[in-house]
Amino acid sequence: MANEEKSFEENLAQLEESVKSLEEGELPLKETLEKFEEGLKLSKLCTVELEAALKKIEQIVEKDGKIVSEPFEEEE
Amino acid sequence: MEIGLKIPDIPESGIISVGKLTDYIKQKLEGDSQLVNIWVRGEISNFRRHNNGHLYFTLKDNESQIECAMFRPSATSLKFEPEHGLKVLVRASVSVYKPYGKYQLVISEMHPDGLGALHQRFLQLKEKLKKEGLFSEEHKKPIPKFPRTVGLVTSPTGAAVRDLIRILTRRFPNIKIKLAPTLVQGIGAAEDIVRSIRLLNRVEGIDVIIVGRGGGSLEDLWCFNEEIVARAIFESKIPIISAVGHETDFTISDFVADCRASTPSNAAEIAVQDKDELLSNINHLRDKLLNKTKLTIAFKAQSLNAVIDRPLFKRPFDFINEYLQQLDDSMLRSGRAILVYLKLKREVLEGVKGKLHSLDPKAVLGRGYSVVMYEGKVIKKSSDIKINDLLDIILQKGEIKSKVVEVKDGK
Repeated sequence: MANEEKSFEENLAQLEESVKSLEEGELPLKETLEKFEEGLKLSKLCTVELEAALKKIEQIVEKDGKIVSEPFEEEE
Repeated sequence: MEIGLKIPDIPESGIISVGKLTDYIKQKLEGDSQLVNIWVRGEISNFRRHNNGHLYFTLKDNESQIECAMFRPSATSLKFEPEHGLKVLVRASVSVYKPYGKYQLVISEMHPDGLGALHQRFLQLKEKLKKEGLFSEEHKKPIPKFPRTVGLVTSPTGAAVRDLIRILTRRFPNIKIKLAPTLVQGIGAAEDIVRSIRLLNRVEGIDVIIVGRGGGSLEDLWCFNEEIVARAIFESKIPIISAVGHETDFTISDFVADCRASTPSNAAEIAVQDKDELLSNINHLRDKLLNKTKLTIAFKAQSLNAVIDRPLFKRPFDFINEYLQQLDDSMLRSGRAILVYLKLKREVLEGVKGKLHSLDPKAVLGRGYSVVMYEGKVIKKSSDIKINDLLDIILQKGEIKSKVVEVKDGK
């Protein structure tokens, strides 16, 4: 269920859901462990995404009616 | 060899220093009674309040503008709050600030003089668009909680774009920023803002757009009060955060936008959540996950232990032994019962045998009685025979044949 293609938002929401169902918990042991494992994966995915410094700053301009993106160099 | 630099041959007495010239100008201007203690009408612009209590601003009208200073002693007696765009009447004298060679009005008194013309326009447009429903809540699009890509409509130079990029990337390092370089003041700014908003709406994957600029005078910010900008913001398919000037600056864009930020930095804070806050939230969730799972396992283990702790599981042979003992016991008991039963039956049997014995005719014969029979029948009364009948008399041992000589009737 933990899916790397999903957005940070979806993964976080799913993590919250897993915790909630554990909290409400009359889950069978097997499901508890499944939720636990899934939750750990999700929290790791979310953390990794947060920590990944993949900032990308582009400048969007229109040239001859076409949208062109160029890297934006910040002036110091 | 000729040197390119030539000093013109002017007598030293004919040359005046910048300082001396400024002194002369200062003296001329400040000595002119036409420029002392005069009443001037104009509109406040670029208003700044210095920490030491002095006020600095520009007074302007359609034709010109003049720098003004109102020093603390006069400023403290003001009965109103001066602001951008406010039309005022001031009593002032022209003075020259020598270090910059700048002439200015030093104001001793100031009064509001109706509303500034720009302010008037602002209020009129605000009212018009409000009536059209451009500001109503039902048109406000929600700002996404976790945008991947933020679009910026602002100048590619200056403090605003730097603040935006710095705060956006600091709060959420994995953010993508698409900047549409835009003119945000002066002639053509409004049109450029409109063009940029539309441009970013044509770019794939932008989750939210921040439209704004840093602080400035009312004139500088004016493009954000233009109707075409308001309409472009309203028509944007992508949610827009308006971030124009400072906390105290309100523009039409702020009212139309899906969200108003007080400053560009504030807009960046609204657009993306803080990474550290998110991380601590995730850690908190992970701790909960761990604790809940531990608790569940502990709970299940406890239920299991409760079962395991039962004697049956703890010392299974006790049960078997006990069972065997019970079995022995019952066998013993049933053995005894059988003996009692047999004894009882034997007694009954003896009783029956005794009875049977008493019924045996031979036993009767043993006591000296005999049986008389005539032609195979036992004779029980004398009337059944007659004289001369031959009778068989059966004794315990042997028989006797006899002839009847006399018959007597018995009672």
